[in-house]
Amino acid sequence: MADAAVATSGAAIGPPVIEGTGAAGFHRAIFAGLVVLLLVAPFLLYPVFLMKVLCFALFAAAFNLLLGYGGLLSFGHAAYFGMASYISAYSAKVLGFPPELAILAGTAMGAALGLLFGALAIRRQGIYFAMITLALSQMVYFFSLQAKFTGGEDGIQAVPRGTLFGILNLAIDINLYYVVAAIFLIGLYAMYRIIHSPFGQVMKAIRDNEPRAISLGYRVNQYKLALFVMSTTLAGLAGATKAIVFQLASLTDVHWSMSGEPVLMTLVGGLGTVFGPLIGAAVIVSMQNYLATLGAWVLVVQGIIFVTCVLVFREGLLGFVAKTIRRPL
Amino acid sequence: MVTMRGLSVATALWAVSLGAAQAQVAVKLGVLNDRSGVYSDIGGEGSEIAARMAVEDFKASEKGVTATVVAADHQNKPDVGSNIARQWYDQDGVDVILDVPTSSVALAINQITREKNKIFLNSGAATSDLTGAQCSPNTIHWAYDTVQLANVTGGAMVKRGGNTWFFLTADYAFGHALERDTSAVVKKNGGQVVGSVKTPFPSNDFSSFLLQAQASKAKVIGLANAGGDTINSIKQASEFGITQGGQSLAALLMFVNDVKALGLRTAQGLVFSETFYWDENDATREWSKRFLAKAGRMPNMTNAGTYSSVIHYLKAVAAEKSKDPAKVMAWMKANPTDDILFGKGSVRADGRKMHDALLLEVKKPEESKGEWDLLKILAKVPAEQAFRPMAEGNCPLVAKS
Repeated sequence: MADAAVATSGAAIGPPVIEGTGAAGFHRAIFAGLVVLLLVAPFLLYPVFLMKVLCFALFAAAFNLLLGYGGLLSFGHAAYFGMASYISAYSAKVLGFPPELAILAGTAMGAALGLLFGALAIRRQGIYFAMITLALSQMVYFFSLQAKFTGGEDGIQAVPRGTLFGILNLAIDINLYYVVAAIFLIGLYAMYRIIHSPFGQVMKAIRDNEPRAISLGYRVNQYKLALFVMSTTLAGLAGATKAIVFQLASLTDVHWSMSGEPVLMTLVGGLGTVFGPLIGAAVIVSMQNYLATLGAWVLVVQGIIFVTCVLVFREGLLGFVAKTIRRPL
Repeated sequence: MVTMRGLSVATALWAVSLGAAQAQVAVKLGVLNDRSGVYSDIGGEGSEIAARMAVEDFKASEKGVTATVVAADHQNKPDVGSNIARQWYDQDGVDVILDVPTSSVALAINQITREKNKIFLNSGAATSDLTGAQCSPNTIHWAYDTVQLANVTGGAMVKRGGNTWFFLTADYAFGHALERDTSAVVKKNGGQVVGSVKTPFPSNDFSSFLLQAQASKAKVIGLANAGGDTINSIKQASEFGITQGGQSLAALLMFVNDVKALGLRTAQGLVFSETFYWDENDATREWSKRFLAKAGRMPNMTNAGTYSSVIHYLKAVAAEKSKDPAKVMAWMKANPTDDILFGKGSVRADGRKMHDALLLEVKKPEESKGEWDLLKILAKVPAEQAFRPMAEGNCPLVAKS
């Protein structure tokens, strides 16, 4: 039942319109607009808040790469996000790595863990795939709870932000913001290229009709594993960056509820759209941030927005826009 | 002419004196705690109410201090908490952050507060690292900590004859630390630990572990766990009739609100430690009834700690006529604390607030005279015995001197 639901939703979220030759130019304009927006944003909004949005947007985009373009619903992305943030925090604090190497170390952890877990999980499909990823991420959670280097429920605190390449002092929020914005743009652009490459086309074919892709001679499992590792690597990049931004890594990042965040952000923003997760992350993080004074009502408001999105904007906010203007976003 | 000049001088003098009287120091207090999750009953809105009561009771505006209170929910997530704290300090002009339960969030705020040079008065978190390895010149840990809980519950129980112990330990760092600290106290006081069992965390079924504990014939069963695990293990212990069978149950982290939630029938005979109980004396009773009218429940040590810390902070600001963190912290550490809830006390150089701690026992249903008449005070442990000596904490601030 749920298996079928995942499969059909996977089929239903295909590109709303056929991509014309004008799409590339249109996307280039959006990227340019995004760069300008990211450049001026810290003068209008609080930089630390923006960095949080960008980390979560990258995380949600990585998740969306897997679900939106590969039709694979992973329910354990917190494992890669969280472990990467632990590795990044640990290498920066205890091993004294500079921030760029700490982030790379965390990202590598995301990739390695993704390769290991992906090789196991892609053997099954639909709900079984989701459950295996969830089970493996729970293992990571309990490992983090017990392991010495993670600091248990206290987490790793007081991670130094350091200086990037030995010149740029990241303790200043605005410097760090531009670094995070650059990381985000690189990550997003990488995903954009993956999606629009021949590899991405094959992935979409597999998503829409796996038996047909097999009959055409594609080694489906290798493609899926490759996409899975790309997604976990980018999730790792997001987690590693977050550890440097907030100067801490904690159990929250590996908890199963963290795996739900990108699902929510992606669905609100628009599944299978390049820019949707950014919108979704902005909406969800703003609510968590600006409604914090409402206490328990945050979750209620979040629930209402989610229900509204599902009922009114089936394709998510940006998916709805894409359908209206009849262009892929 | 002369009279005119005299008059103008007088006016000028009067204006100057008026100006001085009106030079108000404006401070902003931020209550940051869990308002939606598992700890919302312990801190939550209650601590915000306590902070507001402190501002009212202190009559801050008459003493040249304008104090405003803001509050937010950290959802027990360190990143959410640290984001709010940064925003409060950087943008919203908050001077002091209060309460902050959940150790991981508290340690994060501890760090940010030090970096931004503001003040952090913690009453909600348990970790003794706040005045130990991670102590900070900008932090005071007010209400309680893990070492004090172990000292009071462990030490006082042994002195009362509970000299053989069996531990139910939640299998993660916090549980292990509680067991280790409490075992050390039990042994130091001449008691004996006859065994322990590690329980998976979190767990819903404690029956086999409780049977082991029962079979060990230990006089005291120590619950080295927290939150849902504590509640579950107490409920199941009651089903096995453990306290009726002559063994005592000692919880190492427990609040009066948990007892209320469990009910006397289930929790009776349970022993634990808090540093405040509403029914302690006339002053605490009077204050707690006012709190009850506002919050709909009785205060615990976290709420009381928030109140007490705000009072002492406002005294410091009024005395220094400044909210400069270094001056205010110096005043707070140099002068004894005195308020209606904790009585006389002091703040140690490592940031530990010193006051007496209570060993409490849950009453039997027939002993209780009212809805909130839940506990009896078995012993009052002086601050010096309850809290960890400064030299043992390895706080870098005091190691140098």
